[in-house]
Amino acid sequence: MYRNQYDSDITTFSPSGRIHQVEYAMEAVKQGGAAVALKSKQYAVLVSLKRSSSELGSYQKKIFVVDDHVGIAISGLTADARMLCNYMRNECANYNYVYENQMRVERLVTKVADKHQVHTQRYGRRPYGVGLLVAGFDQLGAHIYQTCPSGNFYDYKSISIGSRSQSAKTYLEKHFESFEESSLEQLIIHGLRALRETIPNTDDGLNSKNVSIGIVGENQKFKIIEDEAAQQYLNLLENEEPVEMQTN
Amino acid sequence: METLKLSALPEQSKQQPINHGRFEAYVDNGGTVMAVAGKDYCVIAGDTRMSDGGYGIQTRHYTKVFQLTNKCVLATSGMQADTIALQKRLKLMLETYQKEHGKPMSTPAIAQFLSNTLYYKRFFPYYTFNLVAGVDEKGEGWIWTYDAVGSHERVKYSSQGSGNQLVIPLLDNQVAKRNQQIIQGNGDVSCDQVVSFVKDAITSAGERDIYTGDFADIVVVDKDGVRWEKFELKLD
Amino acid sequence: MSFEHINFPVFGQVDYFGKQSQQQLQPQQQYTPSHGGKKNTLDPIVTGTSIIAIKYDKGVVMGSDMLLSYGSLARFNSIQRMTKFGGNTIIGASGEYSDFQSITTTLNELVTDDHCMDDGSRLSPEEIWNYLARILYNQRNKGNPLWNTCVVIGYQGGKSFLGKVDLVGTCFKEDIVTCGYGSHIALPLLRKARDDNPNMNLEQAKKLIEDCLRVLFYRDARSSKKIQIAVAGEQGIDISGPIELETYNWNSGEAAVKNFSQV
Repeated sequence: MYRNQYDSDITTFSPSGRIHQVEYAMEAVKQGGAAVALKSKQYAVLVSLKRSSSELGSYQKKIFVVDDHVGIAISGLTADARMLCNYMRNECANYNYVYENQMRVERLVTKVADKHQVHTQRYGRRPYGVGLLVAGFDQLGAHIYQTCPSGNFYDYKSISIGSRSQSAKTYLEKHFESFEESSLEQLIIHGLRALRETIPNTDDGLNSKNVSIGIVGENQKFKIIEDEAAQQYLNLLENEEPVEMQTN
Repeated sequence: METLKLSALPEQSKQQPINHGRFEAYVDNGGTVMAVAGKDYCVIAGDTRMSDGGYGIQTRHYTKVFQLTNKCVLATSGMQADTIALQKRLKLMLETYQKEHGKPMSTPAIAQFLSNTLYYKRFFPYYTFNLVAGVDEKGEGWIWTYDAVGSHERVKYSSQGSGNQLVIPLLDNQVAKRNQQIIQGNGDVSCDQVVSFVKDAITSAGERDIYTGDFADIVVVDKDGVRWEKFELKLD
Repeated sequence: MSFEHINFPVFGQVDYFGKQSQQQLQPQQQYTPSHGGKKNTLDPIVTGTSIIAIKYDKGVVMGSDMLLSYGSLARFNSIQRMTKFGGNTIIGASGEYSDFQSITTTLNELVTDDHCMDDGSRLSPEEIWNYLARILYNQRNKGNPLWNTCVVIGYQGGKSFLGKVDLVGTCFKEDIVTCGYGSHIALPLLRKARDDNPNMNLEQAKKLIEDCLRVLFYRDARSSKKIQIAVAGEQGIDISGPIELETYNWNSGEAAVKNFSQV
């Protein structure tokens, strides 16, 4: 069961200088449904693939509103994500209460990352088994951040996390240079295309039930688009020419 | 021979010290707010003068009406610092509610919540006099009127603040049709009529009450949301 | 051990109507710093007088004198009552000077932490003003007020800011802000000047503030003619060095002295 003798305890390094529990937590992120984040100058967009445990159940929520200017997409343990989302909402609300202004996205992400870090160093804690994609807009522009259970966080132009996210990354790497000047609609389409790459051919593909989209930007409060509202974007995806990637 | 005294002040009051420098935790910044509810709308008016507790005007542009949701506003007179604290508290709680429940709090729920919030500080009260105005789930307009510690009543019209005594009889007579010999119409008035009446009422309050004046916010709440209008009062 | 029978003088007040002698009759009502335990500011001791500020077309100007009074005694005559916080904000304070020093310490911590975030953005003057308002309001809720009226000016991202906070937490933004005697004497002058010339430039605004401080010096007994002028505008923020106001020359006094010595 154990990979080795140094992985039962968060406070002990392995002789090769690693903390195995944290690395296992990072694995949990890779198990979750894929989420894609990308941004232009004015907008940041999250696109994610929702899963349902059975035909009878509803789809698990993947995108959460944190504040008017920030939202997150998650991959990994949803329960952990809800705790972190509550924490982020609280931080934003407190900042708003004291300063009557929206919290800068990087400062918010730094706070969540610090929270993660505590859980990689204290005895008796378990790291959060969730990765977040944070999309936000503040006076410094649109932002995309990724957080890890390790306490690290990264600033991205576009990124994806979750199962088979490598395929989405490949798509994003091919196209990210055009994102900066993209319209919101183009950005969403790129996001959906990237997300589509993560779906195994055996599956049904993207539909209005399993896709959820989060948008935020200049004069655009963070908004979740799903179900019928997402259909118009899926239609655009359907009607277009075969993805140019395949021709490339 | 008895000489004429120049001072009309009694000897006693000259001896009274001016309370200068001692800490007063409460200040009354004055101002008048009023609200009238119709069948499917509410009209709220509040002046924008903020006095310094005496004859001075600190600012002519302090808005006493605060939007809580798309269907509900809060109008507050009294101490400005407490007003701000109360507004911030409500805003915080309503945002939390919205995120947890996925919908904004209903107007009657907000009305009860404000009462609880005020009573929570029963022994160190917010020195604020509030009106909650909005439309309920059925789309009917209502006003809730409060004292500083949370006692409240649901009514069809009310006013609060330094011009309260001047406005209330006017509302009694014109809105509730009290003390009228011949009552015309069935009592249903249009929103526009109420807006123009409320403008008259706050203008009149501004004529007599030194703490009311400068500008007035006229706010209409109905099923389409909240609409704001600025209205000039006298600056004197 | 009780010192309640001792009548401590009440400093920092204008004793218009024999308040102190009145208080001697009611010793139980007065502030006795002998009860032990925590002390609250219930009277200001060393105080600064008015701060005045006005917006001009591309920024804000604030002025204050440099006097600190100890009751009616002119105690310190060259103290700066305005402080910079970060690169965009200046706060001026009237009232108890030690409380302002305490506020300065708190806000310096805030802007230092902000600087250390090193994320390319800075707290705006408005954010600092809001933060300050929360501090003052919280202290008043504790019954331990910071006995100041603070005027916050700033300039960031092409926008100028002018706001005020007082010891109970009253806070607002305005184009003209005054406190203390300034509200009685300078405010009407500033309002009129701004009505006459809504788009005044920096030089005009500076001149106006200087004139108002001069009038205050003539009429406010707790003011001095040594002043400073702070500007927040396109060129950043700046607090001037001490300026000696040119005032009316009371030469008639010399004559009186001369006559006296001749007797």
